[in-house]
Order: sequence, then structure tokens, then C-alpha cells
Amino acid sequence: MSVYNQPRKRVIQFIILGMTMLIVVRLFFLQVVEKKYSKLADANAVLRKVVYPSRGIIFDRKGRSILSNDAMYDLVVTPISARNIDTNYLCQILQIDKEEFKRRIATAIIKNGSRRVSVFASLLPPDMFGRLQESMYLFQPGFDLVQRQIRSYPFSAAANILGYIGEVSPQMLLRPAYSAYNQGDYLGMTGLERTYEGVLMGTRGIQYLVKDNLNRPQGSYEKGEFDTAAIAGKNLRLSLDIDLQVLGEHLMRNKIGSIVAIDPQTGGLLTMVSAPVYDPNLLTGSYRTRNFSRLFTDTTKPLFNRAIQAGYPPGSSMKPLTALVALDEGVITPSFGFPCHGAYVNCGRAIACTHSSPGHAANLRLAIANSCNAYFVHLYRLEVDAPKWGGVKKGHQKWYDYMTSFGLGHRLGIDIPGESGGKAIDTIGMNKLYRGQWNSCSELYVGMGQGQVVATPLQMANAMCIIANRGSYYLPHFVHSIDNEESDILKKYKEKHTVAHVADTSYRSVIFGMQDVVESGTGRVAQIEGVIVCGKTGTAENNAVVDGKLVKLKNHSVFVAFAPRDNPKIAIAVIVENAGFGATYAAPIASLIMEKYLHDTISVKRKPMMKTLLEYNTLDPIVREKSKLDSLNGATAKMTSDQILKLYFRD
Amino acid sequence: MINRRQQIKLTEGIDWPIMGLYFGLVFVGLLSIFAAEYREGDGIWNDIIHLNKNYARQLMWLGISGVLATIIWLTDSKFFTATANLLYAGGIVLLLVVIGIGKDVKGSHSWLVIGGFQFQPAELTKLCTNLALAKYLSSLETDFTKMRSRLIAAALALVPCVIIILQDETGLALVYFSFFLVMYREGLPGILLIIAFSGIVLVLSALLVDKNILFIIFSVITALVIYFSRREIKRHRSRLALILGIWAFCSVFVMFIVPMAFTKVLKDYQVRRIEVMLGKENDPKATYNTRQSMIAIGSGGFFGKGYLKGTQTRYDFVPEQSTDFIFCTVGEDFGFLGTLIFVGLYVALLLRIIFVAERQRSTFSRVYAYGVASIIFFHMAINISMTIGLAPVIGIPLPLVSYGGSSLMTFTMLIFIMLRLDADRQMVLR
Repeated sequence: MSVYNQPRKRVIQFIILGMTMLIVVRLFFLQVVEKKYSKLADANAVLRKVVYPSRGIIFDRKGRSILSNDAMYDLVVTPISARNIDTNYLCQILQIDKEEFKRRIATAIIKNGSRRVSVFASLLPPDMFGRLQESMYLFQPGFDLVQRQIRSYPFSAAANILGYIGEVSPQMLLRPAYSAYNQGDYLGMTGLERTYEGVLMGTRGIQYLVKDNLNRPQGSYEKGEFDTAAIAGKNLRLSLDIDLQVLGEHLMRNKIGSIVAIDPQTGGLLTMVSAPVYDPNLLTGSYRTRNFSRLFTDTTKPLFNRAIQAGYPPGSSMKPLTALVALDEGVITPSFGFPCHGAYVNCGRAIACTHSSPGHAANLRLAIANSCNAYFVHLYRLEVDAPKWGGVKKGHQKWYDYMTSFGLGHRLGIDIPGESGGKAIDTIGMNKLYRGQWNSCSELYVGMGQGQVVATPLQMANAMCIIANRGSYYLPHFVHSIDNEESDILKKYKEKHTVAHVADTSYRSVIFGMQDVVESGTGRVAQIEGVIVCGKTGTAENNAVVDGKLVKLKNHSVFVAFAPRDNPKIAIAVIVENAGFGATYAAPIASLIMEKYLHDTISVKRKPMMKTLLEYNTLDPIVREKSKLDSLNGATAKMTSDQILKLYFRD
Repeated sequence: MINRRQQIKLTEGIDWPIMGLYFGLVFVGLLSIFAAEYREGDGIWNDIIHLNKNYARQLMWLGISGVLATIIWLTDSKFFTATANLLYAGGIVLLLVVIGIGKDVKGSHSWLVIGGFQFQPAELTKLCTNLALAKYLSSLETDFTKMRSRLIAAALALVPCVIIILQDETGLALVYFSFFLVMYREGLPGILLIIAFSGIVLVLSALLVDKNILFIIFSVITALVIYFSRREIKRHRSRLALILGIWAFCSVFVMFIVPMAFTKVLKDYQVRRIEVMLGKENDPKATYNTRQSMIAIGSGGFFGKGYLKGTQTRYDFVPEQSTDFIFCTVGEDFGFLGTLIFVGLYVALLLRIIFVAERQRSTFSRVYAYGVASIIFFHMAINISMTIGLAPVIGIPLPLVSYGGSSLMTFTMLIFIMLRLDADRQMVLR
């Protein structure tokens, strides 16, 4: 073979040398011939300015901006040029002493070096900014004012959904995921600000300005040929209705709990309240650090988003799901009745039922309307003991599979961070809990939504979507669309999920039962004029460990519903912690929200009810005593119920 | 054998010019990474001990590379011929494993994480492929004038290439095309080089010129060719078919294949980078990297700003400063003089490797050495071209200079295996 292939060796050498020549010629042109580049990099001739893009704005479903930008100013310093200035005067304007001044300069040098720009005083209050701007020429070029945008929340609502931005921490900067950030940059910390950081942040630009000998910018260099423009962040458009959100936050005042409302036809969240609420504007501007630590330590835990992070026993609101499983497995028909006489005694201990009159559970529809405990714990037993499974362990696993497809026991994947998955016990969990020795009696409470099943309000509302749609749902989400975004980050929220294979007729019988709840059963208070509402009240028992002992606390008031029955437009879950009956607190709140959404107004007839709701105070007196939240929230918290009512009723 | 060599002299047979150039480039690399990261007031010793900075980690990688180089130097040359195919198979398996359990770093799915360190197998498989190709071409059964052998050799290079494209690391995948330079040296017809070159010209013209105008140009050229060679055509009818075939292919290629490749096959950002290089696209987001790196290099002037005096590269204006865009630091701090010497170092290394390759008695060693030269050449040419706006932004490192453990170790092993083979050039290896 071609051992002495000299011509080919020459060709390869020629290729290498040719390419190198090309590179060298280009380098000669770039470095020696062309003078523009050295000027661009030369800090003495050309001022290089980083242009921060404005962050994307967030709009609600009707196009109202609910999170936008306000301009504020930082005073920045380049330590090496900050000599020979009137330090006393500057200190006087900033209201600091000379020691503090020296300390800040030293910090700046340690942080960024003496040639780089560091923040000297951030987010100047308006009066200070005014005085500084007048005499800025005295302190230049070492000091300068830099505009910065801060986030502002015009409705002072939806704090936990929208989230807030904060300064990137040194620990974050060490991680490769944050390599695009520099010290002092802001980024989304929670909520939508965090999830959609990538689209909201935009792209930084660089502007080259010609300077005169006094360092004053004189216009763009080479007509801006080398500038890179900052690209503003993209705007988000939400499914959220800010009117509904504000109404929900009003109704939940002085209560702990949450409201979640979803449009079942899209999965878009209409409102999500986690009470108690705080004013999101507390976490922008000059005092955000102080406010944050106060919110963080408050006894009512306002930063905890109960709607997605808190797990509650669903209580009776679970019963429609139990019924669907029983119907689908074929262990009952809609006409199945259970002879309940006020308690369920088949398992050796009595499980109480609120009704004892014979025939209150004569068929499924009646059992749902009257919320018969005995009926539904019995259904759970029938489901897991069905002969076709050949054993309770297999049967219970089937039950767990149904719960999983109804969205319980795992995170749904909503587009804000921190979601919790709730709990639904599977066969492995049961084996662990009972060391392998258990039967259908062991945890029959799950049939009525107590015991080893825990759901977040979001999961409860999502389960309502499934019933409202007769077996399908979209992953719950806030962002409906992103302006000018071509990628498919929202794709997973546009996919329809079909639940198991439960038959349409099964849904119909359950839905009729839920209609009866509102028309003639436990939830009559939730009726809305001209709309068929389907709902289910719940009164969830719950315990807490106090001083090492298990204490039974006051029941959670729960209500889940959707409306209208046909072609549903809203599905909702309301939980008021430790308040009492579902029908007293949660049901009227849900009803008002649904009415406002469906009719765009609340009928005057309901004014007295709304007034009562606004004045209910279910907070624990000790918690209320210690909480500083009202004084933080300021104006909104001080409004009286009558002032709030004026916003909704004109008279 | 090993013992005897140790008794005589450990460094016997080493090619000192290549050793010198190797250390020269690694040293420049360390200086540049240091310059890119060092800030006034940093505690250097503290950073080195705690591996806080890339230059500290690069020092560590250099130490590990030194150990690897020593092990290779003490290994018998026959080991590499014996295990070439095994290593190749292992490399392919590793690449496939990465697709399964790899980690996403900056949009490419090509990294393995082992004990906190990230490792890119796509770098290492260059070495395996080079060994396997050398093994195949040197085998007695291989007749490289046959089509079948050429196809097998091409497949050896292209299989890892395809897998790496699946990992979204297109830059490194392109490097595998450099093996065609080796195959050319071993007898691949020269017409292929011309075809490849024409292909590039075709793609570029398809992007720069309107496709209808191109079609007219092709047709006119074809008509002229037919007119001037009409006598030839009368004698051989098949020539006409050939000319018309080339005309049809060029037209279809320009009018349909290139636009389709750009909309369907290439990723959005890749298309944008190519358009930026051609000056067609003015999207600030896409032009940012190239623009900043050209400003950094251009502002170096003839003599440079002096070591650690660069303002562009030290104030974070250039992205990927210590990895893909390390050449900016050289350009800014040392100027045209520095870049000339720097590029000179590479050319000296490449020409010396070709010289070493040509003095081998065994085909295995020659093919292997040519492979090393081709890989280094490809990396160097693409990387520097992208920093000065001659090529689109393709994320491949500058050999021995860019920060990165996988890259430094791979190039060290490539070079030291070659030095080992060269030291044993009296042996005939198969």
C-alpha cells in the first residue's frame, strides 16, 4: 500500500498551512488594520453600558396587568474613580456617617474590585433620589445613578401565585444553572416569577457610548453598529381572573384555608387563594428584606401556599369518588341501598352517621345527598373485597390505582413551585402500617375521606374537574399563553388526560346526587339563581399533636362543587381550617365565587350572607394575638366589612 | 522489556519537539484560564487548594493527565494494537449509556456525572475511533482500494458521530469528519476532497444567493459546458448524461435539500449561528458571543494589552471564557504578535506530527499519527475560526488549552500513545 505517498502528504500539509494562513490574515485584519475594536474595548474613549431589559409583565384573563414594573434608582460606585469628592455632602444626602461611607466603599472593593461598578445604596427612596439627582455632577464619575426596575403588583393580590424576585445569592452563582447571572442580578424566587424566569427575564444588551473628557456620554458610537439591544422579557397571559382573586381574598379574611377554582374545559386556574394573604408589594422596594423576615416568622405562615402545599383530609367531599369506583367496578348499581340506622357497625366498632332515619341511603343519589357515612365506608369494603380481585391486597391496590388516576397521592405538576403530593395509601403502605395483617375493615374510613387519604385543595378542585367533564381533565395551570414564545413549554398543559375508563352513566348518577346536595341536601346555601350547581359538603375531622398528646381539633369546613351541571365552566374547592360544618363557611364562599364568575356580579339578595362571611373570624385567638400580619398589610387589612361590601354592591 | 528500558533510560526514544510543544500549549492554556478568571484580591493559594476556580481544577486535571501519560509511556506498544477494537466497542457502549443516563449540560445530553465531576465520553471516543481505524487500515486483509473497505472505514468514523449527534453535541460530532483526511492519506480518491469542497461551496451559495438566481446560473454554466464539449459528447453519449446529472443534482440540492435541512434537520439556534457567520442575521441574542469575542481579540492590537490587562475578557463580556472562547484571552492580552506565535505553536506541532507519522514503518502507527494530527487540526481550525467570525459558533474546545478535564486527558492520551508508538517505530505493528 501507499507507504511513500509523498504527494498526499504535501496536500495535507498544504491544507493545514492554507487554513492557518486564512486565520492569520483574518487576525491581522482584526487586530492590526481595524481600529474600531480597540476603541470599543477602551474604557477611556467609549463607555460601555449594560442595558437591563424590562421583565415581562403578567396579565390576567381579561388582559389587566397584575404584575408590572416600576422604575427606581440605585446609587452605584466605581471605587477607583471615587476620589476627591465632597464626601460630607454625599453622606448628608444619604443620611449616613463617614464611617458607614468608608465601610461601604471597602465592601464594594472586596466584592467586585476597585475598577468595577458596585451598588453603593440600592433602591433610593424618592426624596433622596430627587436631592441626589440635582447634585449628581459633584460626585461623578465615581458615583452614578442607575435606573432599576422593581416589580409592582397593582392589585396587591395573588402574592403566593405571582411570587417575588430576589437578588441571586453567592451560593447560586457557583452552580452552572445560574452561569448567566452576575452578582446583584435579580431573579424569580417563588411562584410564576420562578417557574417562568427564563421567559420573563429577557436578554441583557450592551450599548457603546462615546464619552468626552469629563466622562459624559455624548451619543452612540459608530451609530450603534456594535450595540446589542436588550430584549424585554416576554409577557405572560394567565387564566386567572383578578376580580375573582380579590373577592376570594376578601372572603377569606380572618380565616385560615384556601380556595381553588379551575375552568374544567381548559384546566386554567381562575383563582387560588391561600389565607391569610399578604400584600405582594411588601416584597419589593426598599424594605423587602425587613418585610420578608416578618412574613417568614409570622404565626399565621402567610408565605406557605396552602392551596398547593397543605394536605387536608377531604372528608365527605371524597364520597363522589368512592361512588365512581364502586360503579365502575360493578360492585353496586345506582339503585343500591344500605340500611343505615345512624352508624356503621359491620366492623365491630360504630362509625357514626349524621342521619338515622330509615331510607336516607336507599339508593346512591340519596346517599350522596344525605352524605351517609355508613354507605360509603361500606362501598369501600365492597370495592376492595370484590371477588374478582381475589383478595383485599389486590383489591386495595386497585382502589389506589383509581385514586392515582383521579389525581390523588401525587403532584399534579402545576406551573408554580412547591406543590405537595398529598397522600393516598397503597397496598405496600398498608402492609407497613399493619405489618401485613389487615383487611377491608382496617382503613375503611378512606371511603368517607378520612384516615390514610390526604389531598391538597388543588387536588380536590381537580377531582371536581374530572367529575364535571365526565372523566377528563387538563393539568391545572396558570399561564394560558406567552407572548411571542415559539417553544412548547406550555405543551403539557394543553394535553387532555382521560381518567381510567369510568362509564358515562356512572358519572351521571354521581352528578345527580351532587345536584341533590345543593337542591335539597346539605349544601342548599350554595344555590345560585338560574344555575344548576352540583356540590358536596365536607366536614373533615382532624387532629394535631399538642404537648405530646393527640388532640382532636375543630373540624375543617370543606366544600367542593362545579357549575353549571351541563357544559361546566367552573370547578371549585374551598377549605376553611378549624371552622366547623362545610355548609356554614366553605359552601357560601364557593357559591359567591361561582356566582361572581358565572354572572359577573353578585345578586343583592346575598349581601347579608356576604356580610356575615366577611365578619366571621375563625382564627385561633392565640394565633391572632401574636400575628403581626394585619399591621404589615396596612390599608387592605384595615378595611371594614361595609367598605368591602361597597366594592361589590352599588347602593 | 519494560524492565530493561527502565534500566537503560526511561526517556529513551521520546520525541522531544512534540513534548516541548505539548507543554508549551498546556502552559499557555493555564495562563489563559488564569487570566480569564483571576480578579484583583483573589487568594490564589486558597483557590488552588479548594479547587474553587477553573485554573485550579485544570492544574488537577494536568496532574491526572501526567499520571495517564506515564502509564501509557510504560505500556507496551502492542497493547494498543491488541485492544484497539475492544476499546472502540467499549467507547460505543459508553456513548449509548450516556443517551440513557446522561446529564443535560448547556443543552447537550452528553455528560456523565461521576463523584461530582462531569465527564464527556464523546471526547474519549475520538481516541478509541482513531485506534480502531488504524487497526482496520493496517490489517493485512484490508485492501483500501476496494469500495467495501472504504465503506467500512467510513462507518467506523461515522457510527460514533451519529450517536453523538443524538446526544445534541453536534460540535464534537463534526470532529469525526476529520478522519476522512486520514483516509485520504491512505488512498481515498482525491476527487472526494474536491466533491467535499464543492459541497461546502454549494451550501454556502445556497444560503447567500437567491435559489432561483442560482438555478439560472447553473443552467447557463451547464449550457456553456455542453456547447464547448459538443464534440466530446458526440463521441461519448454518456458524457451528456453525466453533465445533466450534475446539473440536476446541484439544482435539487440548492433549491430543495438545503432549505429543507435548514428548516427540518438543524436546530433553530444552529441555523441562527450559521446565518450570523454569513452576516445575514442581526438578532442581538445570536450575534452576542461572536461580537464580544471579536471585540476582545480585535482590541488586542499588535502587541496586546499585556498579561492580565485585558478589559473584555476579564469583565465577563465574553461568554464561555475559559472553555470554548479561551482564544480571546490570548488575542486580547498578547495581541497579533501573541496570536501569531500561538498559532505557530499549533502549526509546528501539526507539521512535526506529520513528520513523525511519515517515518513510521508500520501502517498502524502512521494512520494513528495522522489521526492525531487531523483531530487537533480540526479542533484548532474550527475553534479559532469561530472566535474570529470565520465559522459559526460550534462548541468544541481548543486542544490542550481550553479548560476541561475530558478534553485535556483525551488529547494527552492521543499524543502520548503516538509518542509511545513512535519510540517503538522499529517494531512492525499490526
